[in-house]
This record gives sequence, C-alpha cells and structure tokens, in this order.
Amino acid sequence: MTIPGRRTRLRGRPELHTSYASELALFDTRAKRVAVAGLLVGALALPFLLTDEVLQLLALCCVAAIGAIGLGLVTGYAGQVSLGHAFFLAVGAYTAAAISGDPDGRVIGFGVTNIAVWLPAAGLVAGLAGVLVAPLATRLRGLYLAIVTLGLVFIGQHVFSEWSALTGGAGVGRPAATLEFFGQPIAATGPFGTRDQKLYWLMLLLLLGFALAAANLARSKVGRAFTAIRDRDIAAGVIGVNLARYKTIAFAVSSAYAGCAGALLYTVTGFFDPGSFSLLLSVQYIAMVLIGGAGTISGAIAGAFFITLLPRFTRELQAWVPFLSAQPNEVPNVFQVETILYGVLLVVFLIFEPRGLFGLWVRVRNYWKAWPFSY
Amino acid sequence: MTEFAESLLRGLGTGSVYALLALGFVIIYKATRVISFAQPAFMLAGAVLVTYLAGPVGFWGAVPVAAVLTAGLALGVERVAVRPMVGRPAFAVAIITLGVDVAVRVVVNGFIGLDVRHVGDPWGLRTVTVPGTGIDLQQRHLAALLATTVLIVGLFAFFRYTRMGLAMRAAAYDQEAALAQGVSVGAVFALSWWLAGGLAAVAGTFAAAGASVDAALWLIALTALPVIILGGLDSLPGAVVGGLAVGTIQELTASYQQHAPWLGGNVSVISPYVLMLLVLLVRPYGLFGTREVERV
Repeated sequence: MTIPGRRTRLRGRPELHTSYASELALFDTRAKRVAVAGLLVGALALPFLLTDEVLQLLALCCVAAIGAIGLGLVTGYAGQVSLGHAFFLAVGAYTAAAISGDPDGRVIGFGVTNIAVWLPAAGLVAGLAGVLVAPLATRLRGLYLAIVTLGLVFIGQHVFSEWSALTGGAGVGRPAATLEFFGQPIAATGPFGTRDQKLYWLMLLLLLGFALAAANLARSKVGRAFTAIRDRDIAAGVIGVNLARYKTIAFAVSSAYAGCAGALLYTVTGFFDPGSFSLLLSVQYIAMVLIGGAGTISGAIAGAFFITLLPRFTRELQAWVPFLSAQPNEVPNVFQVETILYGVLLVVFLIFEPRGLFGLWVRVRNYWKAWPFSY
Repeated sequence: MTEFAESLLRGLGTGSVYALLALGFVIIYKATRVISFAQPAFMLAGAVLVTYLAGPVGFWGAVPVAAVLTAGLALGVERVAVRPMVGRPAFAVAIITLGVDVAVRVVVNGFIGLDVRHVGDPWGLRTVTVPGTGIDLQQRHLAALLATTVLIVGLFAFFRYTRMGLAMRAAAYDQEAALAQGVSVGAVFALSWWLAGGLAAVAGTFAAAGASVDAALWLIALTALPVIILGGLDSLPGAVVGGLAVGTIQELTASYQQHAPWLGGNVSVISPYVLMLLVLLVRPYGLFGTREVERV
C-alpha cells in the first residue's frame, strides 16, 4: 500500500522499496526511466540519420528481437530448451502469408491483407502449435526436450517443402504477407518517408509493444512461476506451481511470439521459401538468447541485434582482411567466417560470460557504480 | 518377399552406421552427462580425412588413421571447450558442443569444396546374392554390419575386461565415488570423447561408402539423435538396438512409401523423428534407458 501524497522512494536509495508496486515497477529508478526514454527517442530519430539500406537491416533486427524475446521466455525464463523455434516461425510466416495472399495466385491465399488480422492470426496459430507440442514438454526434461524439438524442425521442414500448395515448394517459395492497415499501405514510399523508414518505425513500435508485454508477463505471477520452474522444477511443484500448466503457457506464449516474428520477418524482404526454416535458424535464435543474456528481455533484444548485424560486420571485415573472399564459391569466404562466428561466439560467451551481453553491461555498470574503488 | 528381405538387410546396413554414431553419443553421455551435438562434425571430418588419405595409403590404411586423427580432434575439443564447463548445467555444455559443431563443420566443408570426393572404398554399389534365395545384398552394407559387429564386440570387451573400462563404468555409475576410489575422472572424460570421435569417423566412412562425401552427410549423424532417444540416453545396448531398428524402419519406409503418396517424397528421411515422437509418448525414457529418479 502506498500512502497518497507520500514519496515512496528515497533519493540515493535505489534498493529501498516501501511498497510492492514500487518493487515490481518495470522502470523502477529514475536512471532507468531516463535511459529508456533517451534510447527510444534516439531509435525513433534514426531514420533521419541513416541510409535506407541500414534501416532495412535494423527493421530486420527489431523483428528478430521479437522472436528472440519469445525464445527467451521459454528458454531463458522457464528453462525449457527449445531447438524448435524455426518451426514456430514457419507456422506464423505461412499463416500470415496465406491469409493475406492473393486469392487468384499460384499458392493458397485468402486476400485479407489487413495487418490487424494476419498478425494476431499468425500469433494465435503458432501459439496453438505450441500448445500441441507442450504435452511432450511436460513429460520430458532438459536434453530430451532439446532433441525432440530438434525433430520438430525436421518434420516441419518436410511438411512445408512437400505442401507446395501453401508454401510454393522447396526452392521456389511464395510472397510474404502484405503490409496494409485498413486499406492503407503501411510501407510505401510517400511524402512522409521512404518504404524503409516506415518499415523501421513500424517494426520498432511493434518491438516496443511486444517487449513491454513480455516484461510485464515476466514480473507477474506467471513469470515468477516460470523462473521457479527453471531454477528447480521439483521445488516449484512442491510449493504449488502447476508444472504442466505453466510449461504449456510458456510454450504457447513463446510460439505466439515466434509466429508474429515469422509473419513480420519476410515482409521486409518480400519473399521466402521453406528452406529458410532450417536447424541453423533455430541455432541463430538460441545464439541470440544466450549471447544476449538468458532470462532478460533487454538481453534478448541486444542479442538479436548483435546476431542480425553480424553478417554486415563480417562483410565490412572483408575490407580489412585481404584473403577473405566475397564470392560464395571461394575459400575462405565471408559466409564461412559468419557461420564460424556464430559457433565460436556461442562457445566463448558460454565459457567466459554466461550472462551474455547483459552480463557485460552489468560488469560495466558495477565498475562505474563503485568508481574509483574496485569494489 | 524378396523386396521386404532386401530392404530389411539394407536397413541393417544403414542401421549399423547409426549404431556406431549412437554409441559415441551414449559413451559421452554416460561419462559426462552431456549430449555432444559435435558428433556430426566429427563424422564429417572423419569421412573427409579418409577421402584425402585414401589416395596415399589406401582405403584400409586411411580408415584407422582418419579415426585416430578425428579422435584427436574430439579430444582437443573436449580439452578446450568442454572441460572448462565441468559442473555447469548440461544444457550450457550441449549448446557449446552445438557451437563447436557449427564452427568445425564450416572448416571441414571448406575442405570438401566443390569437388565430388569419394572415400575410395572397395565395394561401391556391387551386390552379392544370398545363396539359394535370390536376395541381393549390397557389399557396403554387409561390410558396415561386419565392421560394426567387430567394433561393438571390442568395445563391450573393453568395458567388461579392462581396468580402464571398469574405471569408465565406475565413473558413469557414480562420479564422486569413482573419484574417491582413485579413478581419474578427467582421463575418463578424455577417453570417452576420444572413443566417440573415432567411432564417428568410422561411421562417416561407411555412410559415405558407395556414394560421395558432401556437406549434407552431417544430416545422417543427426539421425543418431532419435536413435539414442529411442534406445535410452544411457544404454549402450539400447544404442545398438535403436540404431538397427531406426535403420530398418527408415529403409522399409523408403521401399513402401510409394503406397502412401500423400506423405510426400523422402518421407523416409523424417521417419526416425516420427518414430521417436511416438516412442516418447509411451516411454519418456526410451526403450532401455533408466528412469530418472528425482530426489529432493
């Protein structure tokens, strides 16, 4: 209970809380509020500073971050290792593409191009797929679950490449969902900006919404149940957490996030084929969560940006390292370096900084908190 | 009937490759309680090494040399990437091996390049006819089955009759008690990775026999994952039985899938995963795995 009119926080005492509301607040300190507001203003202003090409990449980063937050909820918060994220991304992507597709086209399409319809639908269908997988998750633990979800990726890839009426078939593909809001095309070059500028703003705002929703979920009863299951599932069961129920919720929410991310991901590039949803995609998302910092929302976002921007950096690297080739048929080329970096970064982060990028930030913060003393 | 028997025998041939791979997974799991996702990379590395060595020293010389070299690679990975993680969650270590796999496979793929590389096996696609029945059997499958049998008998004898084998069994049973009795658990870890690397190299060679080595070979190693789940993560006989069962079912599906065209082509590729899901719904710890006992 807060007494009205009385200050609940003391200046210079960030750890002192006099009410539950202040302890559970999302942005509990002034520094955090200022930093988040500053970041947001900066991010919204970026389209005036950067070229369209970079903005398109950043839009992809935002979408990847939505997917990574979803995986972070099930793997980072609830501790259920899922290698099947690519499958749920695919479910979302195909749901959205089918709903908004051309009814007279080569592939299944229902012609409902409104984003307010296909985005929630993609999340819903993917979430249902997650609920279907959850019975396996509630029976299995740890590495058994990892392998089963890995099997899901293979089965999904087979189904999607065979079901060419929906997906266009392996190697051919189909157009992605249409970005349109009640008859208004969202991402089209107009007087208020170019396509990529609008795309970036849209994805940034969506990311903001999804991230706030996830952070809210994480601090609620459900989120506390997730962390209890992750830390010790037997203990969680003993204190009254319904394991089957909360594992199902974790999978459903995570898959719904993946579904939305999958639906949005290919609207940026416009075209996709079933080969994209391979095990490597799942590994990339696992890498985003673990490199960013498992069990944190901001970590998942940072990891998604890091992993999505990595190919761009390796391409820049080519200017500095003369023996690297940009041609895929020459050895060594930038694509190989990129894939090796995924693997090596995973290993290095897990060995030296298991808390990921978020952990690095915590180290920096703690250093300056105590500066000029070492602790 | 002939078709059924032929696909059965073919299945035992491919199944023995799976069995070898699965044994590697299970040996590592029993020693370190970790599933090594790096096995596909070792298998590919072994097969590629054989393609390079078969020229100078011949196929029969190349296989053991490649197996020893790949085992050395596995040993190196264990020392550099896995040993620092002792005592950390099994999940983190598994993801590390996944990272190692991705990185090593890119390097190995670089050595495959765009050429068609052959392991130089003496069998190719030649067949022998089983006397009196008219059933054709490919020589490479027979060879794989024989080699697997020899290796399995050797392995089981090693675990049963040698001091190091006893030490490995002790460490798998209770690591701390084994440590207290003077077993070098570090050596057990190292040897288990060494063995798994060598087995993966031999498996890779037989998987590529009669065909060519390409980047997609690693998918065969992933099929060993349903195998170990099917047999139980910590059961060596389970790995062998599971491997043969999965191989047989895969080949039978391949032979009879034309009767169910709605499943799509190549459904045999995913049949192991479907089988795994079905078995797990009935027996969550596999056919031969020990049920996990939870103590609070």
